[in-house]
Amino acid sequence: MTAQQAGARGVRLSGSSGRRGRGPGLWLRYLALTVLAVAFLMPFYVIARNAFSTQSWITAASWNWLPNAFGVDNVARVLADPGIGVLAALGTSAVVAVLQTVGTVVIAMMGGYGLARWTTRAARWATGLTVFTLMVPTTVTFVPMFVMVSTLGWISTFRGLIIPGLFSAFATYLFRSSFVDFPRELEEAAAIDGAGPWRTFWRIVVPNSMGMVAAVGTITFIGTWNAFLWPLLIAQDPGMRTVQVALSQYMTSQGIRYPEMFMGALIAIAPALVVFVFLQRWLVQGVTQSGLK
Amino acid sequence: MTTAQAAPTASGRLRRTPTRPGNALARSRNRWFWAFVTPFLAGLVVFVYIPIAWSLYLSFFDARNTVTPTKFVGLGNYAYLLSDQLFLNSMGTFIVFALVIVPLTFACSLGLALLLHKIPVMQAFFRSAFFLPTACSYVVASMVWRMSFFNGARFGMFNTGLRALGLDPVNWLEGGSNYWYWVVLVSLRLWLQVGFYMVLFIAGLNAIDPQVYEAAAIDGARGFNVFRYITLPLLRATSIAVAMLLLINAFQAFDEFYNTLNTVRGYPPYARPPLVYVYLISFGEGSQDLGIGSAGTMILTMVILVFSLVQSRILSIGADK
Repeated sequence: MTAQQAGARGVRLSGSSGRRGRGPGLWLRYLALTVLAVAFLMPFYVIARNAFSTQSWITAASWNWLPNAFGVDNVARVLADPGIGVLAALGTSAVVAVLQTVGTVVIAMMGGYGLARWTTRAARWATGLTVFTLMVPTTVTFVPMFVMVSTLGWISTFRGLIIPGLFSAFATYLFRSSFVDFPRELEEAAAIDGAGPWRTFWRIVVPNSMGMVAAVGTITFIGTWNAFLWPLLIAQDPGMRTVQVALSQYMTSQGIRYPEMFMGALIAIAPALVVFVFLQRWLVQGVTQSGLK
Repeated sequence: MTTAQAAPTASGRLRRTPTRPGNALARSRNRWFWAFVTPFLAGLVVFVYIPIAWSLYLSFFDARNTVTPTKFVGLGNYAYLLSDQLFLNSMGTFIVFALVIVPLTFACSLGLALLLHKIPVMQAFFRSAFFLPTACSYVVASMVWRMSFFNGARFGMFNTGLRALGLDPVNWLEGGSNYWYWVVLVSLRLWLQVGFYMVLFIAGLNAIDPQVYEAAAIDGARGFNVFRYITLPLLRATSIAVAMLLLINAFQAFDEFYNTLNTVRGYPPYARPPLVYVYLISFGEGSQDLGIGSAGTMILTMVILVFSLVQSRILSIGADK
């Protein structure tokens, strides 16, 4: 609402200055925005076009804008194609993304609450450690993490794919920042009613922080669904590949077939797109808070 | 173990609650603190700090195909890296990539945010359209860029366009001394990331008090001057955060390089950013050298730590003013 009001004021204001706002300037802006939006959505269209075309149509002498093989034939063929193994990979991806998202949110939520509510020396020290950990993204330390996971015997297991990614300093710090501002009175009221910290946390704090849970959950889900490097290292057994690894390996194999590959891609981006469309509001909030913490 | 030792020490020195010095209360508070943070901190220790310490240890050993090496080589792995032309090239690749992608993404994301700012209708639609690529994986984006947009064959989208203009088709990913692959890599990352940073700039623009603009308008400020002397200075914190995030993310580039350039014959010797170099030397091409891989990880960790420290330093200087 505030953005809306600010927008309305801005239009009036720029109308008076005559440079921005209504008039030919605004039409040019909309023209530019439309051209850019078409360009930005083009890759998604190309995925769909390729997914619903035949191999010869895609590799024809020149570019065809429209697909030529509507229907579910391509869907059935990609699901049955053992070369890509999309179906098994989708299952693995779903298990990994869901468990990792839930686990990350729960662990980060508890950790963030601990760091926000207690101010002992240990708590300040732990907060410092969390901030320090933030500075080195885990992507960079994939060799050490791999050494650890292979020593534990977790290569090609769900444990190896999921557990090392559950401890996000980033998510914990975001939750800490939001819990620091949580109204103390609500917690004190619960304490007077005889609730201990554990009950207060789950019954009062968490239900009143669902916005933050949605924001962190959305970012984590999209990140884990799209993750590539870690599953590439851990899923050495083809039966444990996530959908990103399966697509990547199919792309660099011999005798690839375009329709099957892009149908696989279409299926692979669908869950992330659905989450994006329905939870975009939380995603925007999460991005804003994480980028400008 | 460390946690059990730390708890009593901390509770014994609890000075922050002078009104209630009850030792039992302090101890119970500490217990609750540890109950909440132990899963997170234990995970951090087991999956971040012990591995990094272990890697530091491995980096001083000849650790080919093993994680329990016996042959101590001192700084040999580090010396190898600093004299390996491929490692130095990987740093060069990062620098070239960052010099292009950081300013380009910065300018485009700010441009999109300004273009969207204060338009009367369809703002949500356009914002979603630019933000949507954030949900796409680098693997799938690489597939589109490599197989459809920048396919070196005649049926590639851009080659069809070039031929329509009467130009010769380009073999985009040929590599070697053919540098067109940079267009592929840069445009891919730009498309995928720009919406993310646009959202940050939109938040920054929305945080500017509209009264500032009204005051500027009364003083006769117009057009570009408003942007140069009002908007840009007020976006300073956002701008620094965006620039540093872009740099840190460019340093971690892996997915799109691997997926656009890797072939059946393996990864080409050029265009290996730092993470690709460390990946290939640790796990690829039959070398499997975790000692050199660990030494590389230590160097990269130091570099990114410097970036992060510079970032927090610049941001805190900004906050003091």
